[in-house]
Formats: sequence, C-alpha cells, structure tokens
Amino acid sequence: MSRESTAARRTYFIVYAALIVLTVVTVLVSYVNLGLLNVVVALLIASVKASLVALFFMHLKSEDRLVWGFALVPIAFLALIILGTLVDTMLR
Amino acid sequence: MSAPPSGHGDPRVAFETAKLGLWTFLATEVLLFGALFTAYTVFRVKYPALFQSEHLKLNRVLGTLNTVVLITSSLTVALGVEAIRRGKARLLEKYYGVTVLLGAVFLCVKYIEWTEEFHHGLYPGTNIFFSLYFMMTGLHGIHVLLGMGVLSYVIVLSRRGRLSEAWYTPAELSGLYWHFVDLVWIYLLPLLYLIG
Repeated sequence: MSRESTAARRTYFIVYAALIVLTVVTVLVSYVNLGLLNVVVALLIASVKASLVALFFMHLKSEDRLVWGFALVPIAFLALIILGTLVDTMLR
Repeated sequence: MSAPPSGHGDPRVAFETAKLGLWTFLATEVLLFGALFTAYTVFRVKYPALFQSEHLKLNRVLGTLNTVVLITSSLTVALGVEAIRRGKARLLEKYYGVTVLLGAVFLCVKYIEWTEEFHHGLYPGTNIFFSLYFMMTGLHGIHVLLGMGVLSYVIVLSRRGRLSEAWYTPAELSGLYWHFVDLVWIYLLPLLYLIG
C-alpha cells in the first residue's frame, strides 16, 4: 500500500517535470520563425501536455472504457463542429 | 434471501457513477469552451495577419508564468487526492489549500495583465483578436474562481471529518474539475500568446 502510493507520487512528479519542460520548449520554439510549422508544433506540444494531464492527473489511464468514451466523444464532436464551421465559412 | 446484484448502494459503484457524472459535466464544458475555440479558428483563418500582429501585444512572460502556476496547482491537487486515498485528511487540506492559493496567484497575474492591456488601450471591443482573448481568458478565469470555491468547500468538509480513505468522492470530483481548468489553459497559452 505505501509502496504503491510512493510510486503514484513519483509518477506525479515525473509528469509535472515533463509538463514544465514542454511548456519551456513550446515558449522557446515560439520565438523561432518556422512559418506555418509554428502552429503545428505548438498544438502538438499542447496536445501531448493535455494527454499527460488526462492520463495521469485525471487517472484516465486506469479508467474503464465507459469513462474513456465520455472523455473522447465530446472531443470528437468539437472536432466535427470546428471542421463543419470552417468548411462553411471558407466556402461561403 | 439475497437481492440480485443491482449495484445500488454499493459504495464502489456509487463512486464510479459519480465520476462518470463529472465526466459528463466536463463534456458540456468542452462544448462551452468549444464554441469559443471554433470562433477563434474561423477568425484566425480569416485574418491571419491581424492575429499575427495583435498577439505580439500580449505579455508572453506573464502568460508563461501563469502556465507554470496552473500546472503546479494541478500537481498539488493530484497529491491531495492521493493523500486522502491513504486517509490523510490533514495532508489533503494542506495540498488543497496550496492549490487555492495558486489559483489566487493565477488570477492576480491575470489582473495585472488585463490592467496593462487596458492601459495600452486594448479592450474587448478593440478588434476580433482581443474580443476572443478577453472572452476566452475571462471565461477561463471564472472557472478558476469557481474551482477555488469548490476546493475550499472540500477543505471545509475534510476539516469536519467527513472525508476518509473509504469515502473521498468530493475530493476526487473537485480534483477532476481543476485538472480540466488546467487543460483549457494548456491550449489557451499557445493559441493566444504564442501563435496568435
């Protein structure tokens, strides 16, 4: 039990360190002009950070399929909404 | 005579159900912020030059500082939940107390940023970039404020001896909510401050 909780705490600190490092990286990259690639890199790093928070801090890693469904379906809907709106406004 | 296993009254099932309820709430939150993210995307595609020039007027250093503050507060919440899982109520209260404090720091920094922007004549009505900036950070700020209230309430519950390793549902749920608020900011930093 106590060994398990020590492992859990260690995981949290590792995830925390990764989040901080990724934040520093994304800010530093923003000072370099990569053109359109800046957007791609920034969103990619943000998504990795978001995944870390969801998987470890929100314990999604140890949740069952039902919770995964509740977490992912709204994101799929959001993607659909953004895509649909974009298609509409760009082709108008 | 034993009743068929319906799951009602089983504390384990009750805990899973409560978590599912909160994830459902978070789904509605995704769509609430989603409307603004959609508007952002549409106008970002329509006026790339405006977003490029306007986003440089934001304070990138304070934005980054606030990101570190929020990520740290996510860690303290995670550690708080982990503490109450071991029945350590006092430790939970400490971690959640630090989290509320970090939330306050976040809002203070945000206040400084907004004040700075008002001084430079940048208002929600200045242009579409600043409309989105103030709406998105404002809505997020309200969430931080509400989160601070909920976490404070959990601290009060814990002080009254209501939470234990056998039942810590409020701590778990408020923690999930706080992490979500952190998640939103993780996207706001690059979209508003870094790539505009």
